[in-house]
Amino acid sequence: MRVEIATSNLRAAADGCSHVHLEATNIRGLYADLVRQYPAFEKLVRKGIAVAINGRIFQDDWTAPIPADAELVLLPYIEGG
Amino acid sequence: MRQDTKFTNQNFRVIGSRVNRPDGMDKVTGRARYGADYDAPGQLVGLFLRSPHAHARIVSMDISRAEKLAGVKAIITADDLPDLTNGNREMLDILENSMARGRALYDGHAVAAVAASDVKTARKALKLIKVEYEQLPHVTDVDEAMQPDAPVIHDWIFTQGVNPTPKKPSNVCNRTEMGHGDVDAGFARAAHIIEKSYKTEQTHQGYIEPHACVASMGPDGSGELWVTTQGHFAYRNVCAELLGLDIAKLKVTSSEIGGGFGGKTHVWAEPIALALSRKANRPVKVVMTRDEVFRATGPASSTSIDVKIGVTKKGRIIAASAELRYADGAFPGPWAILGAMTSFACYDLKNVKTVGYDVICNRPKVAAYRAPSAPMAAFAIESTVDLAAAAVGMDAVDFRIKNAAKKGTLSSYGVTYGPIGIGPTLDAAKNHPHMKAKLKKNQGRGMACGFWFNFGGQTCSTINIAADGTVNLSVGTIDVGGSRASLSLIAAEELGIPYEHVKASVADTASLGHNDMTDGSRGTFSSGMATIVAARRAIEVMKERAAAMWDIPVDKVDWKDGHAVAKGKKNSKLAPLSLKEIAENSPNTGGPIAGHNEFVADGAGVSFASHLCDVEVDPETGATRIVRYTVIQDAGKAIHPDYVEGQFQGGAAQGIGWALNEEYIYGEDGRLQNPGFLDYRIPVCSDLPFIDTQILEIPNPDHPYGVRGVGETSIVPPLAAIGNAISNAVGLRMTHVPMSPPRILAALEAGE
Repeated sequence: MRVEIATSNLRAAADGCSHVHLEATNIRGLYADLVRQYPAFEKLVRKGIAVAINGRIFQDDWTAPIPADAELVLLPYIEGG
Repeated sequence: MRQDTKFTNQNFRVIGSRVNRPDGMDKVTGRARYGADYDAPGQLVGLFLRSPHAHARIVSMDISRAEKLAGVKAIITADDLPDLTNGNREMLDILENSMARGRALYDGHAVAAVAASDVKTARKALKLIKVEYEQLPHVTDVDEAMQPDAPVIHDWIFTQGVNPTPKKPSNVCNRTEMGHGDVDAGFARAAHIIEKSYKTEQTHQGYIEPHACVASMGPDGSGELWVTTQGHFAYRNVCAELLGLDIAKLKVTSSEIGGGFGGKTHVWAEPIALALSRKANRPVKVVMTRDEVFRATGPASSTSIDVKIGVTKKGRIIAASAELRYADGAFPGPWAILGAMTSFACYDLKNVKTVGYDVICNRPKVAAYRAPSAPMAAFAIESTVDLAAAAVGMDAVDFRIKNAAKKGTLSSYGVTYGPIGIGPTLDAAKNHPHMKAKLKKNQGRGMACGFWFNFGGQTCSTINIAADGTVNLSVGTIDVGGSRASLSLIAAEELGIPYEHVKASVADTASLGHNDMTDGSRGTFSSGMATIVAARRAIEVMKERAAAMWDIPVDKVDWKDGHAVAKGKKNSKLAPLSLKEIAENSPNTGGPIAGHNEFVADGAGVSFASHLCDVEVDPETGATRIVRYTVIQDAGKAIHPDYVEGQFQGGAAQGIGWALNEEYIYGEDGRLQNPGFLDYRIPVCSDLPFIDTQILEIPNPDHPYGVRGVGETSIVPPLAAIGNAISNAVGLRMTHVPMSPPRILAALEAGE
C-alpha cells in the first residue's frame, strides 16, 4: 500500500522519497515494514512519529487496524500545550 | 485492548448542562492547595544559583565555603548529576537545562542549587558559591543566529533535514519542508502575488502560579514529589530516568494548578529538588520566584516568517508558501515543524509549500505554549490573507469562505480532512451581529482563522461506587480548566445518577496506570472516553449484582436511567433496583463495585476557530483598546458549555496580551531586561472587553459523544485578528508582534 511521507525531515529517512510502499494490517506492522525497508526510520520510530489513517492521526496506538485502500500519511509526532 | 469510540449520536440527560464546578468552593475560599501550599515535616528550602551571562564557560566553581555554612544541608552541581540517559540526547538536554554542565547557555541557566534549613541561610549560601565564568559570544535573535558568522552554540548540532547533512555545526538544528502541488507554477498563473515578512517576539505562558514542589527522597531509593504540573506521570518518569530511580518507587502527587498552558509539561527544578533531597536526606521545598520563572522556564519561540500568496482575479488562492524561522532557545525542539504544519491548514490549496527552520539561540529552552507554534504562523498567514483579499477587492470573510478547507480537502500538512468546522465557523462569523456593529473614529475590525490538531494519548480512569450510591471518579489527567466537572457529568450521564453524586479526583501516580499529560487539548477528550468505558464496566458489574439479588440470570437484566431492570414476562413483577440499592447491598453480593478503563485515546479530531475583533487605536499614543471580541469555535460536543466558553475566552485573553504587549526584551549583553509582571505586561481585567463566544457542535466521528478538544485553538487567531483590526483602523499593515504602543506610533509616524 502507498504511504505518503508528509515532511522532508521524515522523507530524508526514506532516501528523499515522498512516498513508500509498505504492507501491513496495523500500525505496528506498518512501522516494522518501514524500518525493514528503510532502517534510518528505526531511530525516528523509537523517538515517536505519527501516522494518519484516512485523516485520523494516531500517535501512540500501534494496534489500530489499517483498512484496505486507506489513505496513509506519515507525520512528525505532534506536541501540544 | 482496542475499544469502539465511534460517535453514536445518543440523547443526553445531563451532558451540556452548566453545573457548579466541584473545585469552585475550595478555590474561592483559599482551601485549595497549590504547589507552594504543601509542607513536609523537617523540610528544607531549596534555592538556585543562576548564570548572569547569556553564554559562558564555567571555568571553576567553589562551593566549599557554602558547604561549611551552618544550616546548609546539601549543594547540587552538575558533578552530582551523572549522565544516566544512555545516549538519549533529548533526556540529556532536559538534564542539562535543569543544571548547566560546564557551560551556561542563557541568562538564568541554573549552575548550582542549595538546600538549607531556612531561606536566609540558603540565600547566604548562594552568595558563598564562587563561580568563575569565561564569557562566550552569544546570540539571542533568531535571524542573527542563522547567519554564517553567528556564534555556534553547540558543536554537536548539524542541520537535519538537508541533503547532504552539513559537515559544519550551526545553530540551525532542523529544516522541514512540506506541501503539495507546484507553487512556482501556481504563482506564475496568479493575478496578484502578495509577499510580506513578519516577526513575533518571545512570550511566556504567564501562569500566575510559579513552579513549586516538595521533594522527599528516602535512603531506600523511594521518594515522593508534590508538585504543580500538567502531567505528574510524565514528571515521575522523567525524574526517575534522570536520577536513576525505579519509576514505581517515585510517587508524584499533583497539586491544584494555577495555570500551565504548556509551560508545566516540562520538568525544570523538580529533578534538582529530588537530588537535593536525596543528598540531604530531608524533604526539600522549591518555589520559584517570578524572575526565575521568566528567565529559566518555558517561553514560546520568537519567530521570523516570510509569506507569499498568489490569487486569481476571482479570489481563489492559487499558490501559497511560507518560510518560518523559530527560535528554540538553548536546546532543539519541534517548534518550527509545528508552525509549518499548521500554517495553511485552514485553506483548500492546490499548490502549497512551507519550510520551517528550528534555530538554537541563547535563550531559555522553549516549551509548549497552548497550540504551540500555531499563533505566530497564523499571524503571518492570516495577515497576508487579508492583504490577498484586499488585492482582489473581496471582503475578508467572503475571501476566506471561498478558500476554506472542507471535508475531502488535502490539507497543507498532507492529510485529507474528514468532517471539519472551518466553513461553519466562517459562516457563523459572517452572520454574527458583531459584523454589523458600527465602528467609530479610529476603530477598525479584523478577523482571522485558526487551526490546531488536538490529540489523545495514554489514559486510565477508575470508577468506585460507594456503599451509599455516591461515586468516586479517579482520573490521571490534571484538571487545568474544569475537567473534573465535565468528567463528573460524563460519569453521571452513563450511570444515570445526579451530577452531585459524583466526586472526581486527580489520582496520584501510585493509584492509577500511566496517563499522558493534560496537553494537546486532551483532558476532557481522552479521560472522558476512559470514563465512559469505566462507567459502562461498572454497570456490567451492577447488572451482575442485581441478578444475584433477584436470583435471575444476568442476561435478563438491563440498565436504564440509573436502575437495573429485569427483562421478560417472568420477571415483570420485579421492581427496578436503583444504583443506590445495588450499592447498599454490595457487601453481600460480591464486595465493592468498580469500573476501570485504560487505553490510548487516538483520534482527537482537528479543531478550527474564527475570531472577530474591533479595536480602537489612539493616534497620539499608539495604544490599542480592544472594543469588542468574538470567538466562534467548533467544540464537537460541549460537555460543560461554561468551561468550553472559558477555554475560548482564556485563549483569546492570552492572545490579546501576546498581540499587544507581551515580549521578552533582551539587552545587548544577552540578559533578559523584563523578568517580572511590571515590565512584562500581561492583560488585566481592565484591558479586556467581555469576550463573546459561540460554540459550534460538529461531532467528532471518533468520540462516542462527538467531543473535540477545545483548549488550544482559541489562542491561534487573536494575534492576526487584532493585527488585521489595527491595520484596518490605522491604514497601515503591522508586521511585528507585539503591536505595542511604541511600535504602532513608530509605524504611524513612518506612514506620515
